[in-house]
This record gives sequence, C-alpha cells and structure tokens, in this order.
Amino acid sequence: MAKAAVPVEKLEPSYLDVSTNKYKKGILSWILSVDHKRIGILYLVSMMAFFCVAVFFGFLIRLELIAPGKTIIEAQMYNQLFTLHGIIMIFLFIIPGLPAVFGNFFLPIMIGAKDVIFPRVNLMSWYMFAIGGLFAVASMLLPGGSADTGWMFYVPYSVRTTTNVLPALTAAFILGFSSILTGLNFITTIHRMRHPDMSWFKMPLFVWSLYATAWIQVLATPIIGITLVLVGIERILGVGIFDPALGGDPVLYQHLFWIYSHPAVYIMILPAMGIASEIIPVFSRRAIFGYKYIAFSSLAIAFFGSLVWAHHMFTAGMSDAAQFVFSFITFVLSIPSAIKVFNWLSTMYKGSIKADPPFLYIMSFIFQFSIGGFTGLMLGALSVNIHLQDTSFVVAHFHYVMFGGTGFGIFAAMHYWLPKMFGRMYNLKVATWAWAIVTIGYNALYMPMFVMGYLGMPRRYYDYLPEFQPYHVASTIGSWILIIGLIIMFTNLYIGIRRGPKAPMNPWGGETLEWKVQTPPILENFHEVPDVHAGPYDYSKYEAKKETTK
Amino acid sequence: MFTSASNFTDSVDAVFLYITALSLIVLVGITITMIYFVIRYSRKRNPVPTHVEENLTLEILWTGIPLILFLSMFYFGWVGYKDMRAIPDDAMQIKVTARMWQWSFEYPNGLKTDTLYVPVNKPVRTELRSNDVSHAFFIPAFRIKKDVYPSKLNDLWFKSDKIGRYDIACAEYCGLKHSGMYSAVYIMEQEKFDTWYKETSAKAGLQATLTAPVKK
Repeated sequence: MAKAAVPVEKLEPSYLDVSTNKYKKGILSWILSVDHKRIGILYLVSMMAFFCVAVFFGFLIRLELIAPGKTIIEAQMYNQLFTLHGIIMIFLFIIPGLPAVFGNFFLPIMIGAKDVIFPRVNLMSWYMFAIGGLFAVASMLLPGGSADTGWMFYVPYSVRTTTNVLPALTAAFILGFSSILTGLNFITTIHRMRHPDMSWFKMPLFVWSLYATAWIQVLATPIIGITLVLVGIERILGVGIFDPALGGDPVLYQHLFWIYSHPAVYIMILPAMGIASEIIPVFSRRAIFGYKYIAFSSLAIAFFGSLVWAHHMFTAGMSDAAQFVFSFITFVLSIPSAIKVFNWLSTMYKGSIKADPPFLYIMSFIFQFSIGGFTGLMLGALSVNIHLQDTSFVVAHFHYVMFGGTGFGIFAAMHYWLPKMFGRMYNLKVATWAWAIVTIGYNALYMPMFVMGYLGMPRRYYDYLPEFQPYHVASTIGSWILIIGLIIMFTNLYIGIRRGPKAPMNPWGGETLEWKVQTPPILENFHEVPDVHAGPYDYSKYEAKKETTK
Repeated sequence: MFTSASNFTDSVDAVFLYITALSLIVLVGITITMIYFVIRYSRKRNPVPTHVEENLTLEILWTGIPLILFLSMFYFGWVGYKDMRAIPDDAMQIKVTARMWQWSFEYPNGLKTDTLYVPVNKPVRTELRSNDVSHAFFIPAFRIKKDVYPSKLNDLWFKSDKIGRYDIACAEYCGLKHSGMYSAVYIMEQEKFDTWYKETSAKAGLQATLTAPVKK
C-alpha cells in the first residue's frame, strides 16, 4: 500500500476479512461462521477434497480395466472402489456442488438479500455434510472394508455382504438431511427475502433453477432416508422388508430407491442448466431468449422428473402397463430439456460473443449434455433398453449427463464466479488450454463406453472378454488426458485466487446483482440494494452505445 | 458390430439406429449452429448485439417437432417390446437358475446342464430364478435381458436362426465374481440337438422328452 502512485479504488473490508463471530481469524472464524458466503467456501473446500479423492478412485478403476484379468488391484478392491467413487461423486460432489457452494454464496446476493433466511440452519447443513462425509471416509477405514454394493445398495446383496454397508448407509442418510435443510432454506429465502422490487420474473434463471431443485430436495430426499433406514433395520434386526430370504421384496427396494434417485438426477442437472442460463447471456451480451420458457421448463422437469423412476427397472419384470407408462413419460420429460437447449442457442444468435473460459465450458456442457439426452432417448425406448440396461452404455450415458453436464457446469461456475468470490483473477490463457484438454479427455474417456456397451459389455465388471479391450484402452487413455486437464485447471484456479491480479468488480459484464457489489463482497453484501427494475439480462446499454457512436 | 442372431436382433438394432440417426442429425445441427454463432457473432465481428427476446412460433415449433419425433421413438420401442412379451405356446421350456456366480439350466425332463443347448429356429422360453441375490440373464447377441430374483419368477423368450455359440452374461451386479459369471448358449441343428439331448439324458438316466412329466 506504500506505492500510492496509482490511485487504487478504496475497498471496504470483505467477508474474507470480517468475521461474524468472536474469533477474528483462523479456522474457528470459518467453521462457526453463519455468513452464507463463508459457508459457501466451506462447502467449496470440502467438496473439492472429496472430488479429488473420487477422481483418484475413478483413475484406479480405469487403470485396472486397461487389460482383462487382474492389472493392479483385486476384484474385491475394484468393487469397493466403484462403490465409493459413486457414493462420493453423487452425494458429496454433484448434489452439493452447485446449490451448496454457488447457491449459498450467490443466491442471497442475486435476489438482493443480506443472507439466507436461516443462517444457523445453513451452517448446520454444512456440519451434516461434513459428518456424512466422515462416515463415508470411516466406512473405508474400518475393519471389514468399505461397502462393495455399488452406490445403489441393491438388496438382497447389500443385506448379505460382510463389508461396512451400515456406515455408508449412515453417510447417505445424514447427507440427505443436509440436502433437505439446504432446500428448505433456499425455498424460504426465495419466497421471503427477495428485494421488494424483484418480482418472480425478474429473478435470475440460476435462482429459478435453484428453486425447482430445492423443491425436489425437500420432497424426494425423505424417501431415500426412510429407505436406507429400512435397509439398516433389515441388516441389524433381520426384519424382512426387502430381502426375500426373510419374506421381503427386492423390487420394492428398487422402486423406493429410484423414487428418490431419479429426481436426484434433476437435483444435479437443474442448477447446471441455471448456470448455463446465466453465462450464455452475459458472454453474448444480450437478453436471454425465452426467459419464461426456460424458467417454466425447470419446473416442468422437476414435476415430470418425479414420475419416471421405474425407467431404471425395465428389465425387472414389471407389468406391461407400467413399462408403457414409464417409457411414455420418459419421452415427454425430454421435451423441457430440448426447449432449454434451443433457447440457449437462440440466445447466442446476433449476440456479441466473447468466448472466455466460462463460456467455453458451457459450450462443452451443451454438446455433452445433448449427447447425454440423446442416449437417454435410446435408453427410454423399451426394446432398446432391454438390451442396453446395465451395460457400459448406461455408464457412459449418465456420465455424459452428470459429469459432461453438471460437472462441466460446476467448472463453468468456478471460472465465472471464483474471481468475484476471492477478488483475484486466474490466467485466462491457461484456463482455455485446460478447457480444451479436459473436453478432449472427457470425450475420449466416455465415448468408447457407448460402443462397447452396445456390443454387450456389462457394467461393474472387474474382468472382461478380450474383444472389448481396444475400447477399454481408448477409454483409459482418455482418463489420463482428462486428469492432466483437471490438474492444469485446478492449479491455474488455485494460483489465480491466491496470487493472481486483482479482479475488477465486473470482469465479464454481467447484469445480475452479484456483479454490482464489491469484489470480494462485503459482509451482508449490500449497503443499499441497487435498482432491480431492469431485470437480470438487460444489455440494452450496449445497443444504446451504438446510436451515440453513429 | 450388428450380428443378427435372434428374432429380436433386427428390430432392436433398427430402433437403435433410427434414434441414433435422428440424434446425430440434431446433435451435429446444434453443434455446428453453436460454433457458427460463436464465430459469426464474436465480439470482434459483431461488437453490437441485437436483442431478440422471444418468438412464440419458434417455441411452438421446437416443442412440437421433438414431441412428434420422441413419440415415434417411444412407439417403435414399445412395438419391439411387445414382441418380447408375446411368448409362443409351443416354446421349449427351460428353467434357468442363477447363483453366485454361475448359471444352471434345467430341461423339461429334469436334465441339468451348465451350458445351454437349443435347436435352431425353435422358440425357447426361459424361466428365471435366483438362489441367492439378484442377477440378470443377458445374451448380448440376442438383445435380450431380464433380471433374475430369488423372490419372483421372471421369464423371457427367444428364437435363434443362426447356428453358433453365444455368450450369456450376468448383467446385475452380484458381488465378487460378477464379471466371471459367464455361460454360453449353443444353437444347434435340430438333428444334432436331438442326438445330444438323447445321449446326455441317457447318461443321466432320464427320458429324452421335451414335455415335462405329468407329475410335475
């Protein structure tokens, strides 16, 4: 600060400097903070740690599969790794990824509020997340070994295996509560805390998507909670609910499991769609195309998404009527997603596009999410589903939605918002290279799985027939490229937020409220909430310039 | 890639290729449009954006056209599936039992084998049951699959018109040696099958009938 030659914008102390509790500095000022921004950062750090662990597990799984037979690990280890990979990625990375990290940080700012409505509950959600995560980690370290059931915990296997299924169930159960509380908090915040001038249709679309997501979290998550408790009761007390040996029904378990877990797919993808709806207009510098259609399609997805669960069970032997209905609704459900994609494309039309890293990640998102959607149509068609169910085609399909879609949405959000959150900018050139490597590696990793899946490679296979090897080799090489890209990306972001140049208040030219507050934001976000009459995607000032210059 | 080996192979492949072809056209369309827009309307070429906020006709078009296409996909999938459920009355009855981690097959006369032998062009109905956890009976070359439960009897049928050996895999995760739970189905000429059936049954001290004994 001694070098005062250049006049520096006078910044107020940000949320990074001002603690909300009696601890001025150090870890306690963070883990006891009720500031929504600090809680967002807590989620970010813990989520990234889990992500790295699960990526490493994925790397090991791919390495094992480079050749048939044993390559590096034993079958039991392999089964435990893909189970943990699934549990961690789903419950500790993708589900909390966007709502808990970026939703927490930006939802209140975007609607002109000083915090979420229940800040203490918000902190409690993070504790549940952390405790749930610890149970997942504990299940790995306890004698007996971590669960080897797959993340779906299908009964009867999950009742019979001797591995630590209970800690893993407990983890998922507690994480469910974290998710419910976050959802409840967001719904109430959106209803009660919006700036008085911000009507529903002036809300940013990310807020709309969080709103739809929150409803699913609140309504669907209790079902998985009670189902997991029932599995636990069955394991401990031997009450026959799902295990046929005790008089139970395993298909009932599958129904209950998917009644939650299919809507959970939309808990994961909706916020990523919200990110796309934020980033595309900002980098195209024009109003979003079809605001209301995008907003309502989120609600339509949330509604129809809760009616298609049994399409995961077309080979289970349901009645023909059930097969018909669930396949039919699955195809109807594809419509709102298609509407979104077309509206995003139209938003680019006649825009003034600057393809910075956040936008590039969204381009990959659109491409990959579309592939995920199209392969979903193939899986939705009954006769084709019978062949493809439980093959690596399904693995590729949901990775295209979950990782190619939501994962890339999270990467886009990081590149978009981290400069605002930490006040420093990463290297744009390195970020662009990392994007290219990640996208290429990602597609090389999962494309071959479609082909071998159709050729009959079942999923969750430790060993495989020699004819599938070329595809496995291609896929494993893809995983290496992907991981190199991820390392470059995260290193660049980390160096950026630690030592990068100071980020301006509005580096991308966004019009939503978070770009009108200081970088990094102050405690309680605003002194005075800026005018919100114009709506979130009003770029008319760029047009007005045209008239004055001509 | 697409070896036609059963009565379902062609119809499943046809629906798959139909959806794939449509999807590829739209995917390429979306991707090229996106890249074209990013280049054509880049900030350098097009510094001043034009605002187009809504177009009802477009929204109706891109709701309606996909809806029609999607419903056609649904319909073809459903029709193909109906055939899989229409089990002929004259089908040969085989009882399939799954357990960790192997398959066993029981013929109408009680003959048990660990590999399935059936005559060519003969409809075969398999009754699926598990002795322990859930499995799934999967013959990739025939495009058929069904979960196998301990609690509930499932069945499926096929008719193969191509002599040969085809893999039977387990497709529902069932523990340690899930990936080793392979067996095979041999499609044989009728005479060869009859000879095999007679000889193997005789060895096991059974009558070589293809109808179940009345007692059962």
